[in-house]
Amino acid sequence: METQERFRKRLADLFNSQKLASLSTQKNGQPYASLVAFHAADDLKQLFFVTPKTTRKFANLRADSRVAVMVNNSANADSDFHKAISVTAVGTAHEVTGTEKERVLSQYLAKHPYLQDFARAKTCALVGVRVASYYMVRNFQNVTEWHISS
Amino acid sequence: MNRIISLKEIHADDRPRVGGKAYALWRLANGGFTIPDTLCVTSDVYREFVSRTGLRERMLLELHRKDFKEMRWEEIWDCATRIRNMFLTQGFPEDLYQDLQKNLQDHFQNRSVAVRSSAPDEDDARSSFAGLHASYINLSGAAAIIKHIRLVWASLWSDAALLYRQEIGLDVEKSAMAVVVQETIAGDCSGVAFTRDPNNSRQAVIESVHGLNQGLVDGEIEPDRWMIDRESGNIVRHTQPERRHWFIPGRGGVDRAALPDEKAGRPPLSEQTVKTVWATARKAEKYFQAPQDVEWTYLEKRLTLLQSRPITTLGSGNTEDQRGWYLSLHRSFDNLKDLRRKIEEELIPAMVDVAEKLGEKDLSGLSEAALAAEIRRRWEINHKWVNVYWTDFIPYAHGVRLFGQVYNDAVQPKDPHEFIDLLTDTDMASLARNNMLLELAAIIRHNQILKQKLKQGDDTDLDPGFKSMVDAFIEKFGDLSCAVTGGKDCVLGTAPLFRLLLELSEHPPPVSMRKGGRAKRLQENFINSFSGQEKDGACELLDLARSSYRLRDDDNIYLGRIEARLLAAVQEAKRRLQERPAEALQSVLEEIDFKEGSAIQSSPAHAAGKYPLQARQLTGQPSGPGISKGKARVIMHHSELADFKSGEILVCDAVDPNMTFVVPLAAAVVERRGGMLIHGAIIAREYGLPCITGVPDATTLIKTGDDITVDGYLGIVTIGETGESVTKKENDNGP
Repeated sequence: METQERFRKRLADLFNSQKLASLSTQKNGQPYASLVAFHAADDLKQLFFVTPKTTRKFANLRADSRVAVMVNNSANADSDFHKAISVTAVGTAHEVTGTEKERVLSQYLAKHPYLQDFARAKTCALVGVRVASYYMVRNFQNVTEWHISS
Repeated sequence: MNRIISLKEIHADDRPRVGGKAYALWRLANGGFTIPDTLCVTSDVYREFVSRTGLRERMLLELHRKDFKEMRWEEIWDCATRIRNMFLTQGFPEDLYQDLQKNLQDHFQNRSVAVRSSAPDEDDARSSFAGLHASYINLSGAAAIIKHIRLVWASLWSDAALLYRQEIGLDVEKSAMAVVVQETIAGDCSGVAFTRDPNNSRQAVIESVHGLNQGLVDGEIEPDRWMIDRESGNIVRHTQPERRHWFIPGRGGVDRAALPDEKAGRPPLSEQTVKTVWATARKAEKYFQAPQDVEWTYLEKRLTLLQSRPITTLGSGNTEDQRGWYLSLHRSFDNLKDLRRKIEEELIPAMVDVAEKLGEKDLSGLSEAALAAEIRRRWEINHKWVNVYWTDFIPYAHGVRLFGQVYNDAVQPKDPHEFIDLLTDTDMASLARNNMLLELAAIIRHNQILKQKLKQGDDTDLDPGFKSMVDAFIEKFGDLSCAVTGGKDCVLGTAPLFRLLLELSEHPPPVSMRKGGRAKRLQENFINSFSGQEKDGACELLDLARSSYRLRDDDNIYLGRIEARLLAAVQEAKRRLQERPAEALQSVLEEIDFKEGSAIQSSPAHAAGKYPLQARQLTGQPSGPGISKGKARVIMHHSELADFKSGEILVCDAVDPNMTFVVPLAAAVVERRGGMLIHGAIIAREYGLPCITGVPDATTLIKTGDDITVDGYLGIVTIGETGESVTKKENDNGP
């Protein structure tokens, strides 16, 4: 079993190397998945993304804030089966507002500078996901969990 | 590797790094030609800038908003404007800026320089697209030079470059721009030499003007022209223009000024200096082993070559290719001033006069033959004015674009289309019409008896005051039943005017965006970003822009009034034909094949296809900020406008000025035709409504009655339920 420090390093490296994540939401029992451009907080306790407020994913978040977010480094190659790392985070989403929003947005835009017009649009929301647990899959079926709250 | 290099540091295989212009200058220098002191900012610097700042991906997002094939030229211009603004406002990585600043400052100190494009494929024999990219002259100080390097970089994505993207192989992933920074030589006279006349291979052409070359290159100043026999070197012919102006270095660029009498009276070159220019150009042709287009300047008897490139011609020779025409719409300030005088002092008064005179004629008293002749006459008059619309009015619209560019350069706003908000404080005929409608609606709102009467379709015995206002409205703008301003009686029964007035009277009047004083604040900010004499120039340009902005809407209304006279004669003929056959009338109607409102419309949307898939989000150009939710009202025909209900979202192919009277009822506007300066966008901004233009297939993918959300910040139309509750129009343009 690897150390928490090592686990965190792997997570941070993966999050730095990837720009996109899959977000899972649900409403009335109907699951829904979306692709989002994400940024992870330095302490890894939150993941952030931006969405227009008129989207289905945002409506789902309003109805149920529980979400799952998946980030992986697969390259659509055979070698993915032994090399790829996939991390699933589960937690609850909330809209980030006020001074906190500006602070997070500037970090978010440092990672995604091409999204500045989009991210700063009045009709977009910055969403933060407070992560309760991470599930990391490596070496095909090797799964490690980190329950932040515990 | 150095970011900025001198010509001496260039190697034979450096062409991709330094671009065509720098490479040709390097070769000229090696060939012993006199050229100005020159540095090259390599294309690696461009790549570094767009990569490190994320600008490349921002451009890609912008350029992939819509398929280029579906874009109108205006949308391409908007797209180029947004990219230009990105280059202007994007912060520099600190180390990069300091490196450029130090190198430029050390080399040029405070000497005046020119900043010119040097694209890798530019000036190549295969693709010499002269004039696609920008050049700026008479700049001094590193800050000014760097600002203009940004603008030259942006010109890699100019509307002209985007139009010819296939020919020049434009590709965001690969294309890059090097920049030449060159000492300015304020020549006594300047010119170009074509070592082979494209129309006569035995001759060469030398053109020259007093002062700087700018006026000649931009076509602003007619040059002296010498035709040279290539073999003997003798002057075959000298054509002298009326010499009135010249371009000289001015503050922050060049100024056009009256030519002093002493210079106006003589050609810029003597016979001897013509021969010297020819000998030098000929030498360049031999050196490059191809006919050359050489740009040169003379200062105190010293001939300096500014650039040399192989001769090619722009355009494909395909008559269907309209791109040359679009680019001819770029007009200079002086050209626009001349055009304005012509339009305001000659054309519009003539149009008003024609419409009035035609209106005085009593059609009902004409014989069939006379009516047929009158229809033909009116058709010809209308046709003439439609031509004027294309040749004079459409090019005049460039006044707004020119202003936009100057505004963005001076203010560097976050929103590259902020200048439109400044111009909303301009009187327009269509707004005068809407204001008259709102006044009439207010009378109905406060008079229950009148309201009841009109609701029952009874428009007899109306209050005389109200009646005379309605008559005055119809006299000026028609009864709104026709797709032509000023047209009347296109539908039977209660005029759509009353239906519209009743609908307007049921709801509070729309709030004018003019009351907030935003336009005034933007104006002050714009003017204050200039100093001294430049302030006067800025005010003059703003005044021209207002006139251009106003005409963009008003021209259709003036033209509509003439077309309405033709329509009236056609309707009279149709009325008579219903009563009895009349060959003269029948044949003239067939001959002119008149369709109201068709003369100046853009091409319509694709025919409605079958869409088995359901559209959820459609994207277009965000043309009016704000967000609104409501039922869609898809307008396919003018007659459907009368059914428009307050709070609905206007969805149509193209809002023309004769439709804008429903806009005060609308919660938002969505249109297929794209552009920031089209009527729909202009009128939506007037009322502070969210607006999205350039939505492909908007009228087929959206159905009347669909619940839609219009996000005018992002340019997204969402069809169906959305999580966000938008209870009323929201926008940030207001007070």
